[in-house]
Amino acid sequence: MFDKILIANRGEIACRVIKTARKMGIKTVAVYSDADANALHVEMADEAVHIGPPPANQSYIVIDNILDAIRKSGAQAVHPGYGFLSENPKFAAALEAEGVAFIGPPKGAIEAMGDKITSKKLAQEAGVSTVPGYMGLIEDADEAVKISAEIGYPVMIKASAGGGGKGMRIAWSDEEAREGFQSSKNEAASSFGDDRIFIEKFVTQPRHIEIQVLCDQHGNAVYLHERECSIQRRNQKVVEEAPSPFLDPETRAAMGEQAVALAKAVGYTSAGTVEFIVDGDKNFYFLEMNTRLQVEHPVTELITGVDLVEQMIRVANGEKLPFAQENLTINGWAIENRLYAEDPYRGFLPSIGRLTRYRPPEEVSLDTHVVRNDTGVFEGGEISMYYDPMIAKLCTWAPTREEAIVAMRDALDSFEVEGIGHNLPFLSAVMDEPKFVSGDLTTAFIAEHWPEGFEGVELGEETLRRIAAACAAMHRVAEIRRTRISGRMDNHERRIGTDWNVTLQGVSYDVTIDAYKGGAKVTFEGGHTLEVSGDWTPGDTLAEMMVEDMPLVLKVGKISGGFRIRSRGADLKVHVRTPRQAELARLMPEKEAADTSKMLLCPMPGLVVKIDVEEGQEVQEGQALCTVEAMKMENILRAERKAVVTRINAGAGDSLAVDDVIMEFE
Amino acid sequence: MKDILQELESRRREARLGGGEKRIEAQHGKGKLTARERIELLLDEGSFEEFDMFVAHRCTDFGMEETRPYGDGVVTGWGTINGRMVYVFSQDFTVFGGSLSETHAQKICKIMDMAVQNGAPVIGLNDSGGARIQEGVASLAGYADVFQRNIMASGVVPQISVVMGPCAGGAVYSPAMTDFIFMVKDSSYMFVTGPDVVKTVTNEQVTAEELGGASTHTKKSSVADGAFDNDVEAMAEVRRLVDFLPLNNREKPPVRPFFDEPGRVEPSLDTLIPDNPNMPYDMKELILKVADEADFYEIQEDFAKNIITGFIRLEGQTVGVVANQPMVLAGCLDIDSSRKAARFVRFCDCFEIPILTFVDVPGFLPGTGQEFGGVIKHGAKLLFAYGEATVPKVTVITRKAYGGAYDVMSSKHIRGDFNYAWPTAEIAVMGAKGATEILYRSELGDPEKIARRTEDYEDRFANPFVAAERGFIDEVIQPRSTRRRVAKAFASLRNKKLENPWKKHDNIPL
Repeated sequence: MFDKILIANRGEIACRVIKTARKMGIKTVAVYSDADANALHVEMADEAVHIGPPPANQSYIVIDNILDAIRKSGAQAVHPGYGFLSENPKFAAALEAEGVAFIGPPKGAIEAMGDKITSKKLAQEAGVSTVPGYMGLIEDADEAVKISAEIGYPVMIKASAGGGGKGMRIAWSDEEAREGFQSSKNEAASSFGDDRIFIEKFVTQPRHIEIQVLCDQHGNAVYLHERECSIQRRNQKVVEEAPSPFLDPETRAAMGEQAVALAKAVGYTSAGTVEFIVDGDKNFYFLEMNTRLQVEHPVTELITGVDLVEQMIRVANGEKLPFAQENLTINGWAIENRLYAEDPYRGFLPSIGRLTRYRPPEEVSLDTHVVRNDTGVFEGGEISMYYDPMIAKLCTWAPTREEAIVAMRDALDSFEVEGIGHNLPFLSAVMDEPKFVSGDLTTAFIAEHWPEGFEGVELGEETLRRIAAACAAMHRVAEIRRTRISGRMDNHERRIGTDWNVTLQGVSYDVTIDAYKGGAKVTFEGGHTLEVSGDWTPGDTLAEMMVEDMPLVLKVGKISGGFRIRSRGADLKVHVRTPRQAELARLMPEKEAADTSKMLLCPMPGLVVKIDVEEGQEVQEGQALCTVEAMKMENILRAERKAVVTRINAGAGDSLAVDDVIMEFE
Repeated sequence: MKDILQELESRRREARLGGGEKRIEAQHGKGKLTARERIELLLDEGSFEEFDMFVAHRCTDFGMEETRPYGDGVVTGWGTINGRMVYVFSQDFTVFGGSLSETHAQKICKIMDMAVQNGAPVIGLNDSGGARIQEGVASLAGYADVFQRNIMASGVVPQISVVMGPCAGGAVYSPAMTDFIFMVKDSSYMFVTGPDVVKTVTNEQVTAEELGGASTHTKKSSVADGAFDNDVEAMAEVRRLVDFLPLNNREKPPVRPFFDEPGRVEPSLDTLIPDNPNMPYDMKELILKVADEADFYEIQEDFAKNIITGFIRLEGQTVGVVANQPMVLAGCLDIDSSRKAARFVRFCDCFEIPILTFVDVPGFLPGTGQEFGGVIKHGAKLLFAYGEATVPKVTVITRKAYGGAYDVMSSKHIRGDFNYAWPTAEIAVMGAKGATEILYRSELGDPEKIARRTEDYEDRFANPFVAAERGFIDEVIQPRSTRRRVAKAFASLRNKKLENPWKKHDNIPL
């Protein structure tokens, strides 16, 4: 076995590989750019080698820099992780030349699968089902109809040069094929100046389902079942699970066998993934093969019990697979949610900055459920602009899909991330979406459910009541503590009443709270009661409560006279008041936020270093507008929303005071 | 006998109605609560004990004798906030627009006298059109009587003003002399002369809101210490503030049960200081991570943001925090930040509140604006305030402590009890580049040489150890253990006794 391996990657995947290597007694070498000097993977590895400045094209994907690091550290093998150099045949070749093992497939397989057309051809030859279609150019409408009928409706008629939906038609009949061909051709000619057209099968209700394969250097190949990755946002996977709620054993076996056949056909070794698109009738078609470890590999590990990274290392070391196909069964259900440093309320704009708080849920491994969090960050760490915004992969496993979802909801609720924008509320929203719960997925899931973007979750009556009850109980604890302050007037202590009013999400509840069995009994108007218990004390940012013996996990923040509660994808202002306070609070006018959105005000006295935009220019949310230097520090001012710059009042070199209007928007 | 009791009840009912239903409705219509409703929200339920409910004015001019409503436009008394006694007056805009008459002033004076005698804070809820014109000079005399009491009570009991409506002309000077002024956004304003007079005299066109609204006074003039969204929030937040304050200058600040381990370690603080010395970071994160339960009551949040002031608790006991904010103007000291912090330090010293100072200061802000504005004297205020303060003073230098600003920020030399430094601290006469340019002026033509000199200077002086060698730094501490170290330091100072020489009073450079 290798004594020492180098991980040519960063972030969570580098940490993931280090964990397994350490378990196997192998020393690890991390590589890092300037931006990652304090990163977690550097901390975790036995040694670390600096490989260059922050941009990946000057560090993590520079083959020579990695080779230098290998020489410096004396590593005998390299795990590439995913992304960066993982599917670069030149890197595999360079390692071969250097006499260092590549923990991945042979370079020939990477090359063959790296090209869309070659891979499709190879797949067809290996008997893998591909999307039926006619790749050649089509002369006229008659030919289009003939080909369409051969492929079988529905078909997609596409402009060869097409993009963005232009020159694209879906046809369900001969007649539509005829019309579609003509209009596509016209549109393509006018849009792209290229009227070449081809036709392929249109996949309805498409799902993205992929098969994990693992092959050794001795001709053994197995599939470790599938992962469903249909929940994507702009081709970025967000939620994955294994197995798929859609496949039956026959389809699964057929897909698995084809995937193995393809792997064998290209002389594949190590772990790889064959991606399929599956339609509503369980017809599946080959998309591409990823010749590396996938981001979402943990869900496969959780249902098969196989450590894929360990197997990759062993295969690279020339060992035989320790199991045959029949040993690989599916045990339970696993779900992965990807935590991105992207603000869901601002169009999923990447968010960078300091993680002032990062407390993932506790990792557990029980018969009833498993919580696993693969992460590459830590509290106090910096999320930089240079790399992928994915900061953690939260996975849960349970015997059934339903239980795995419940475990995931609780895990998301107790995941604390502050300092940057992140998609935790959005993930919670997905986990509660009825169509997700029923497993009714397509790749259009996110686009269909949140066509206007994500604006938080409106909670249902029952959840609201449970949160209201918990907040009332928490407020009571906080108020009782306030009465224990020193310097009280003897015999004139403040007594806490039992009647309260709770407002949240525009709803108001009158409740009565009584101490009950170490917790509180909260009675709603009409007599409905909820028993609340928990060990929350003032200042705790996470309240792990039990409401009627069901867990309720709340992220608790402070607002004037109440709590900011985040749970289940909702972000609520909760006020708990006495009935009289509530009555008076109702007299207070609703305030509208002042409209400063149409101006960019200078936040500090300083010198304008540069203006990044021009009058009349349209700017996007988050776009840099100008840089103001104050006391030798450069502060970049950004657009708060999409707008058009109408006036610029300052130029480079100008000295500005606080609140000076730098520019105005339409 | 029963009739007599009923008579009392009916008189009380009348008094409680103030200016009557219609005016109460009008008050609500403006988004404001009535004087009594505000008191209800401010004090513990049922704790209010009223004085002078039946006081009426004695004016007989301009037909005033026709209307003599009970209370005369102000509700006064005492009650408790979480069981601790406070005195309160609340002006009633529904009665003669809350205008101040001789008797109105007498009611306020009565509770202020009692507050000083009995050692309890005074909270004034201001909502008044100004002087009662009909009473003329008697009204002015009333103001002055209140002013004199504000002055006498200053430093004896905490005085808090909440401006919840108009407050104009001479009326502003009573809040002005109290310890804290809060305002309610959109429904309050304060100015010495109103928009009409301003227009006549200076030809400036300005609205009441622009001239003296909450935004003006919290951001520009610094007259107000904070502003709240509405009356309900304002009363809740004043209650929260009172929980931080001692009742008087003979008492220690209050202690409250706390649910936060004093030894709590915060590993993330080890990475708070960026690798690049010119990169800012948010000092508030340090404050929140050191404080009990991350509870911070900020004072003057929107003014001179290059310095942060406010209250936290450590082991349940109130501590005043002053901290340079590198996010704004690199955290330098200037006229505004010096004034803001100096006043805060003096408040803490008045009321035996220990002071925690976090230092990252590159120096005083240069410029003609600063020098012409008298930064010398304003900076001296902060130096003076720190130097005269006899309360426990603990200082943590996180990064830069350059030049005179180092001395000012509660250094060991001006009786700082503890001066701790993080390993990232640079205690030096100035930054390395500036220093080498002066020390090696003759080599300025040779950038390579200067660069080497700068590097040497950084190695030798850009650290806490030169100061630690001299004992100016008591200990260099791990950032992660700041809370534990600071809490222990204050614990050791609980019995600190330090007195300044007798004097009538000092002569701080005002």
